[in-house]
Amino acid sequence: METILTIRNVSKTYQGAGRSLNVLDNINFSVEAGETLAIVGPSGSGKTTLLGLSAGLDRSTTGTVELNSISLDGLNEDERASIRNRYVGFIFQNFQLLPTLTALENVMVPLELRGEKNIRARSKELMDKVGLSDRLHHYPAQLSGGEQQRVSLARAFSNNPRILFADEPTGNLDAETSEKVVKLLFDLNREAGTTLIIVTHNAELADRTQRIIRIKGGHIVADEKR
Amino acid sequence: MAWRDSRHNRSRLFLFISSIILGIAALVATLSFGNNLRDAIDDQAKALVGADLVIRGNKYVPPPIRKLLDSLPNRHSEECSFASMVYFTKSQGTRLVQVRALDGDYPFYGSLETTPISAGRSFRGGRQALVDKTLMLQYGAQVGDSIKIGECTFAIAGVLNKAPGRNEISTTVAPPVYIPFQYLAKTRLLEKGSRVEYQLYYQYDPGADMEKFAGTIRPRLEKSRLDEETVESRKKRMSRAFGDFTQFLTLISFIALLLGCIGVASAVHIYIREKIPAIAILRCLGVKARQAFLIYLIQVAGIGLIGSVIGSALGLAVQQVLPAVLKDLLPLEARMGISWWAVGQGITVGLIVSVLFALLPLLSIRSISPLYTLRLSVDNSRRAPDALKGVVYAAILFFIALFSFRQMHSWDKALVFTGSIFGAFVLLAAVGWLLMWVVRRLFPASWNYLWRQGFANLYRPNNQTLILIITIGLGTTFIGTLYFVRDMLIDRVTISAAGNQGNMVLFDIQTDQQSAVLDLLKQNQLPVLQQTPIVTMRMAEINGRTPEQAERERDSTGRAGVPPDRTGAPPDRRGSSPERDDASSNRPGPPPERAFESELRVTYRDSLAASEKIVAGKFGGGGNAHPGGSAGSSGASPNFGSAGNPVPISLEEEYARRLHVTIGDRIVFNVQGVLITTVVGSLRQVDWRRIQTNFRILFPSGVLESAPQFHVLVTRVPSPEVSARFQQAVVRNFSNISVIDLGLVLSVLDEILDKIGFVIRFMAAFSMLTGLVVLIASVLISKYQRIQEAVLLRTLGASRRQILVITALEYFFLGALAAATGILLSLAGSQALATFSFESSFSPHWGLVALLFVLVCGLTILIGLYNSRSVLNKPPLEILRSEV
Repeated sequence: METILTIRNVSKTYQGAGRSLNVLDNINFSVEAGETLAIVGPSGSGKTTLLGLSAGLDRSTTGTVELNSISLDGLNEDERASIRNRYVGFIFQNFQLLPTLTALENVMVPLELRGEKNIRARSKELMDKVGLSDRLHHYPAQLSGGEQQRVSLARAFSNNPRILFADEPTGNLDAETSEKVVKLLFDLNREAGTTLIIVTHNAELADRTQRIIRIKGGHIVADEKR
Repeated sequence: MAWRDSRHNRSRLFLFISSIILGIAALVATLSFGNNLRDAIDDQAKALVGADLVIRGNKYVPPPIRKLLDSLPNRHSEECSFASMVYFTKSQGTRLVQVRALDGDYPFYGSLETTPISAGRSFRGGRQALVDKTLMLQYGAQVGDSIKIGECTFAIAGVLNKAPGRNEISTTVAPPVYIPFQYLAKTRLLEKGSRVEYQLYYQYDPGADMEKFAGTIRPRLEKSRLDEETVESRKKRMSRAFGDFTQFLTLISFIALLLGCIGVASAVHIYIREKIPAIAILRCLGVKARQAFLIYLIQVAGIGLIGSVIGSALGLAVQQVLPAVLKDLLPLEARMGISWWAVGQGITVGLIVSVLFALLPLLSIRSISPLYTLRLSVDNSRRAPDALKGVVYAAILFFIALFSFRQMHSWDKALVFTGSIFGAFVLLAAVGWLLMWVVRRLFPASWNYLWRQGFANLYRPNNQTLILIITIGLGTTFIGTLYFVRDMLIDRVTISAAGNQGNMVLFDIQTDQQSAVLDLLKQNQLPVLQQTPIVTMRMAEINGRTPEQAERERDSTGRAGVPPDRTGAPPDRRGSSPERDDASSNRPGPPPERAFESELRVTYRDSLAASEKIVAGKFGGGGNAHPGGSAGSSGASPNFGSAGNPVPISLEEEYARRLHVTIGDRIVFNVQGVLITTVVGSLRQVDWRRIQTNFRILFPSGVLESAPQFHVLVTRVPSPEVSARFQQAVVRNFSNISVIDLGLVLSVLDEILDKIGFVIRFMAAFSMLTGLVVLIASVLISKYQRIQEAVLLRTLGASRRQILVITALEYFFLGALAAATGILLSLAGSQALATFSFESSFSPHWGLVALLFVLVCGLTILIGLYNSRSVLNKPPLEILRSEV
């Protein structure tokens, strides 16, 4: 199998208020293409930091991160942005939709940043898949939390990412809506063959993945493949 | 609670309020400067006049008046001043100067500041002169060198650094040269027709009540056409003049403050938007709407007070610079102390306007629902308009009008000022709304994403479109108007060097010198562009009224103006038949007092000049058939002063309006003892800006030829060298003739305008800086709002270039639209000023317009991009952690 993500000897230290805080310490793991993986751990264990480093949103203090066989360490911000745009999709706990764009326009953004043409049809198709074909021209403020997260899902898949990072995707949703969103997430992921990495507190959600990495105090304490 | 609540955002709130600091600084600086100037005038008025009483006139003070003036014990001094050419023997330079022949110990207060110091007194003892310092520098003269004035040579006793009551600018066109009075006759410059001013300076005993004394002798002085000045009257005149100037600067400062206040309103608006969750929580916990409102009102008032205090302190520092900036315009030394009155006023005004402007967004706190804790978007669309907002708007307008009235002392002007500012606000706000509406509704969805996102930012939640359009637009309007008006003023006095326009004028050419002067011109190969005879005269009667009758009528009607017209027509439209014989029938109102006071310089010719256009009646030039005249003829010539029909003369239309005369009205002139009856035959429009001798009163040829007269000649010199050579030749051969090099005069005028312009620009800089601070603050506020979005775009893969393009497009459209609207407003304002104030045409310099547009747009984009720089270079997570 092809390796899509390799984390090697990665540490992350934050400097502040005259002292340094070691958030991650010597992390090593790799993820195969198409794999689904959950990173779990208590608050402050470094889960979100690890997700940020893996997706190229931040730089590690030491160690290397390879995404789709490309080392992110020597790349500048623009080169990282380009990698994200080509290979990565994101889902956030608080949806992170652009408030000035309609739902459909939000889905189109990654493709538009890439400069692709004729993207409206594909974006509409994705909106249809997440069940929001009647909400195309609504602004985020006019949508419920569940609807906003579904738009976020459609956007995450719009650029056909090779790997999808989801940070607490159900954290802001009620149980019923969470269930719908999670089902949609896994269905779309299966259909697209995308690698899925989820950071979550939710044990049920983690149980739906093929592999769980448990993290505590900046260290991997367990890596369970099922 | 207010203090605790502000803890998290205090620095941000202070950044917002900082936009009023510069406005308050400018306001306190000008108010305090004005107060200090008034104090300086009070302290130094005696030294400025140099005497307790000054009597001025263009003739010797008659003995009866002298007797009256000497009725109190006194010391006095006499001065005779006139314009003449001076010749520097060493450098062979010549220049028009103001010769001041001085007798006695004047000044009695203050001193003639000279180098060496003793020269101020010692020059009176021999054939010595004090020469203005700029002249000394210009001609490289040294103390001990000699100068020639008329027929007399003087040794330079000292350099004149400063004389009482004279500023740098007043001495620039004709710098002063003091000579002892006893050598005046030796210059042989005082001949009949010379324009001379006599001044008598009196010092009375300290206990003498000068105001009372001046009041007693005033009627006698007026009858003898003499003016008087006391220390008190000088104080009033200077206070009025500088009061106008400082009031003008105060209004400029006030505009800076108002610009800042828009920043405050915008800042508080955004601040409150950020505070909605906190306010909603407080409301859930039982805080009443009024209490929530008060918490934030106290915060804003507190920060406003701090901003005002800091602004006042800065203003006190700035006012120390103002005397240096204004030094050439001031005839006195102003020491800049702390004016607590100005500080108090500045703090009060700052506090009031910051609270008033902040009230607009603050009022919305009362309607924040506790429901916001559950759901961020609560529908407020059906809420009725807040009546209190209307009250706040009215209070703001009232305050602006009140403040303007305090500065201008005229409700009309204050209301026009307030109305103009309000109009500009409304127009710019309308443009801002229109822009948002157009972009939201009409922007093509098919356009490139970067363009769409850039435009979407214009109407996004918490957008700064309106505030930026208003602040940038108003700033542009203000700066544009200042520059256009300055250009307009310069245009009014700038004479084209191109073509055959004259650039040198020769005055006081006596009739018997004419041919010799023409020969001299010919020898120097200089053209005669214009040769004009000038006859001096006074008005003796207007429509049958002598000065005494006119005065009686004015006294009886209680005003100097025109009595009610039976036809109801305005004075300048009043019908008056050319055939009317009886000037007293249907008589218009009495002519103004000044009509009879001044000596008139009149010319005669048989055709109109290029600068003239007949607007009413018919010009009767070229006729010997109008041998007008009346009693008292001296019989000087067949046509001058002989009896017959009235002479049809032509008056400049504005002058006729001031005299309350029109076509057909009769005027009797006293031409040096001979009375000539005339009738107004035509009214002319005169372009005073043309470089040639222009006249308010024009006689036809064939009437004044034999009257005593002198001549003015206009020529054109090709270079400064030729100018200097020719002036030397004129001074050598004709000591009484004065030469004005217009090139020099124009450069002096240019310099004066530059200095005034600099002062205005200095104060306007506060508005520009305030605009800049508001712009930076507004962009910073929006930066806090949008950082999430930019980071999100970065996360989704937007490149640095894409973020830059989105930001640049947004700020370009904001800057371009605001600048365009501001420029249009300034063009309209300048056109209005040109039409109603300066009565001239206005043609803007399009290069300046384009430059202003590019500068404003460029600056707006630059600030926008500068504020976005952190998003461009750092990893998204780092920015999120540090800035949000």
